[in-house]
Parts: sequence; structure tokens; C-alpha cells
Amino acid sequence: MYTLIAIVALGVLCLIVEIFNGRKAIVPITIVGLLAILGLTATGFNDSADTFNNMIVFDNFATTFSCLFIVLTIFLVALSPNFHEKQITKISDFISIKLFLLSGGVAMVAFGNLSMFFLGIEILSIALYVLAASDRLSIKSNEAGMKYFLMGAFASGFILFGIALIYGATGSFDMATIQEAGSSADVEDWFYIGAILLSIGMLFKVAAAPFHFWAPDVYEGSPALTTALMSTLTKVIAMAAFFKLVGAMNVNLPYSSQTAIIVISILSMTIGNIMALKQTNVKRMLAFSGISHAGFMLMTLLAVTTSAGVLLYYASAYALSGIAAFAVILYVTKDKDNEDIFNFNGLGKTSPVLAGVLTCSLLSMAGIPIFSGFFAKVFLFGQMLNAGHIVLVIVAVVNSIISVGYYFKLILAMYTKEATEEARPVPFVFHAVAVSAIALNIAIGLYPSFLLDLLN
Amino acid sequence: MQNVLQEIGVDNYIYLSTILFCIGIFGVLFRRNAIVMFMSIEIMLNAVNLLLVVFSTYHQDAAGQVFVFFSMAVAAAEVAVGLAILVGIYRNIHSIDIDKLKNLKG
Repeated sequence: MYTLIAIVALGVLCLIVEIFNGRKAIVPITIVGLLAILGLTATGFNDSADTFNNMIVFDNFATTFSCLFIVLTIFLVALSPNFHEKQITKISDFISIKLFLLSGGVAMVAFGNLSMFFLGIEILSIALYVLAASDRLSIKSNEAGMKYFLMGAFASGFILFGIALIYGATGSFDMATIQEAGSSADVEDWFYIGAILLSIGMLFKVAAAPFHFWAPDVYEGSPALTTALMSTLTKVIAMAAFFKLVGAMNVNLPYSSQTAIIVISILSMTIGNIMALKQTNVKRMLAFSGISHAGFMLMTLLAVTTSAGVLLYYASAYALSGIAAFAVILYVTKDKDNEDIFNFNGLGKTSPVLAGVLTCSLLSMAGIPIFSGFFAKVFLFGQMLNAGHIVLVIVAVVNSIISVGYYFKLILAMYTKEATEEARPVPFVFHAVAVSAIALNIAIGLYPSFLLDLLN
Repeated sequence: MQNVLQEIGVDNYIYLSTILFCIGIFGVLFRRNAIVMFMSIEIMLNAVNLLLVVFSTYHQDAAGQVFVFFSMAVAAAEVAVGLAILVGIYRNIHSIDIDKLKNLKG
């Protein structure tokens, strides 16, 4: 509850500090503030509270995911001043939009009422449209913003229509009432149509396979920091919200919807990986890799009651390695007009630490042991085998092997090719963010039970 | 209101708003002028607003009408951002035809 208020207040504070000429203080204030909010949120663990007539329910699911979002936002905010060096006069706008986006994300996992959920998803989306189009002189960024806006508004329409039909069938926006009505036998047919439309809208937002076509274009065109935000924070938020919605919508998934989830998950993994193999632009490659990871995360929906912990673990592992990878990508592609793989040639010699971090994070995404990505996949597959989806697990394992192919393309470029340009000094912040993100990733890999047990 | 709803029937309202929603979808998918696409999105959202109000009367529950206020405010904010992006595009390429935006491919 206080998490949400504190995040919004911090965003407003950023705008006010700018008025009083405290531009240099904005990023430190935000990071300290977010750390304080992280502490505040973590203390609320294990005492769930519902406030404002059940509008906001901070149960353990909401608390742990909010903590994850806040950690990711701290990393992204820390990277901001260097990335926006040329537009440093607008830094307060960029930071406060990110904070408002975070507040939308927290509302999306802590909702107890569909209206709160809708407001959360719209706060998140509108902030993202602005960020995607924020490099307004670049035609690529404009195009990415426009595409994302049209697709996002389209998906919002579906979500809204779904909410309206669910309201029509149950007579309430309250999640507890909807859960009760959804599990009773004599619910109107509108309820199922509404649930399907809502799911379609959410699949657009997580960029799962039949609805993924916007993702590569938007990821490539947006400013690199926004791409980092979309592929880590937004993906995790959308996935967590979708998980919570499915859990509340119908506890016992009917057989047909299980089949639909299996098909969508397999499609996402396969299409994402196959398409990623032939990409030369790193941002675009990571967009397809994100689509395949969305496919993996969608698998958790097949065992909604037991797999919240696995989803948290997978999301943390994926997002932390994504942050580490993007910290390096931001450094390498700074002041370049493209993000092609040849930019990374010889990074292993010119900047061994960053090359090492990028290697670790890509190995984690591919699922190589000692990194948490591997354990995330192990727990996920174990969960799915328990639920009896053997075919799905086989396809997922094959897909993990395919994904090694394109991750290694980048790793090989860093270590086997000659550098095309002189080494540039690496600003401290890139080292700090990249190393601490990958250290967190390895730490949760070494002590997986810490995260897994939080939600079981 | 309740009488009107009973005479016409809640089903007909659902059909009407579904048709409006579909018109909006086809507008987004088939028109290439950005402003017309924005208008189509507005039709989609307003079809839902109509549906929400109908259900609100049907259930004798005010929550649906309150939700309409939220969704109107959100739609206004969304279109404001969309138009701002459109102005940026117009300044760069002097056109608002979506088909001219083809730099990102692969």
C-alpha cells in the first residue's frame, strides 16, 4: 500500500527537485529513495493487507514481485544519466516517467479489483509509449513509438472489452467475487469470452507468439535504455500480472485452455529462437530471445497454484541477466547509429570485464550451469514434468539448445574477432551495474531456495 | 433506465457494442491514415464504455459507471500521447501515412 504512494511521491519529488535547480541530485535521490522503498516493501512481507475496499491487496506475491521491480528500476535509473548525457536537461522527465511506470507495474501485481488492474496497465503502457518515442529527432524512435502505441492501444481495447464482459457476467470488478463466480458452474458464457479477450490482450503485452510481431520492431527502434526497460522490467511485470489474473480467473483450468497455453508456449519458444538465429542487430536478437523466454514463462500458467515461486525465480534470473547484458550493450553502442554484432568485435581484449559480464549473462539466458538461468529452467521443467506435460518439456529442452547458437554468435564475436576501434574508457556506472546485476544473478543461482521458498 | 433496458433487452446492447468494437478493429487493421486509426481505437474504447454502462444498469450497480470515467480519462491521456508521437513523425517525414514508416524490418 505505502509502496505505491511512496513511488509516486518520489516521482513527483524528482520533478520538484528540477524546479529548484537540483539536477545533479536527482539520480542519487531517486536511487536512495528506491532503496528505502525496497526496505519498506520487504518489511511488509508475510503480513498481507487489503486497503481501500479491497482495491489493493499486498499479499506475498505482490510484495516479492514489487521488490523485484524496484531492484530492476534501481539499475535502470543508475544507467540513465550516462545514456541521456546529451539531453541532460530532461533527465528529471526521464527518471520520473520511469518511476510512474514502476508505480503502474506495482499496481498491476497488487490489484484486488479489475479497475485497479486496468489503471495500472494503462499507467505502465502510456509511460512506455512516451519512452519508446523519446528520441524525437530519430525517425526510428518515432516509428517504434507509433507502432508500440497502435499495438498497445489495440491490446488495451481487448483488455477493456474482456473486463466489461467479466463484469457483465459476475456483476463486480472485485477479484474475490470474480474468483467465486468463475468457479461456480452456472456462470454466464460472457465470462469465458471475457477471460479469453483479457488473455489475448495480456499476450500482446508479454509479446507471446501469435501476438509478438510488434516486439522486434519496437525493441530495435526505441532508444537502447528503453529497450532494456521493455525487455526486462515490462516483460516481467506483464508476465506476473497475467499469472495473477489467470490464477484468479479460474483455479481449475479447463482442458481446452491448457492446450491453448501449451500451443502458445511452444510457438513462442520456437518462433523466437528460430528468428533470433538470423538476426544481426543485437537489440533485435534480444527481442526474439525475449519472445522465447516469454514462452518459457507462460509454461508456469499450466500449474498456477504451485508455480508462483518458479515464476518469481525465472523472472528474476531472466531480468537480472538482461540488465547485465544491456549495461554492456549500452556502453558498446553509445554514439553509434546501429547495434550490429560487429560492434562487439574484440570486446574481450579492449574491455575484458564487460565482455566477461556479457558472456555470463548470455550463458545465463541460454541456461548453462552455475548461472541462475540454468536452475530456473531446471525447476520449471521439473514442475512441468510433475504436472505431466512431457512433450512440452522436450520441446523446451530442444529450444534451449537452439538458443545457445545465437548467444554464442555474440560471444564468439567478442573473443575471436579483432577489435575495429580503440578502447574507450568505461564509465564507472556501467561496471557497477553490470557486475552487481550478474553477481545477483549468480547469487540466486547458488542459493535458489531463498527465492523459491518465498512463495511456496 | 431499467425499463428501457428490459424492453430492448440486454442482449441487443451486447450485440450493438460488439459490432461497434469490430468496426473499430477493422478500422485499425485496414485504414492507413494515422488519425483515422486513432479514431478507430476511440470507437473500440467507446463501444466498451457503452457495454459497461449497460451492464451497470443491468446489475443495478454503480461500479460500472465509475469504471467508465476511468476508461474515458485513460483514453484521453492515451490519445494525447499518440498525437504527440504523430506530431513528431510529421516533423520528420512530413506525412502521417503509416505505410511510410518502414525503416524497421528484418
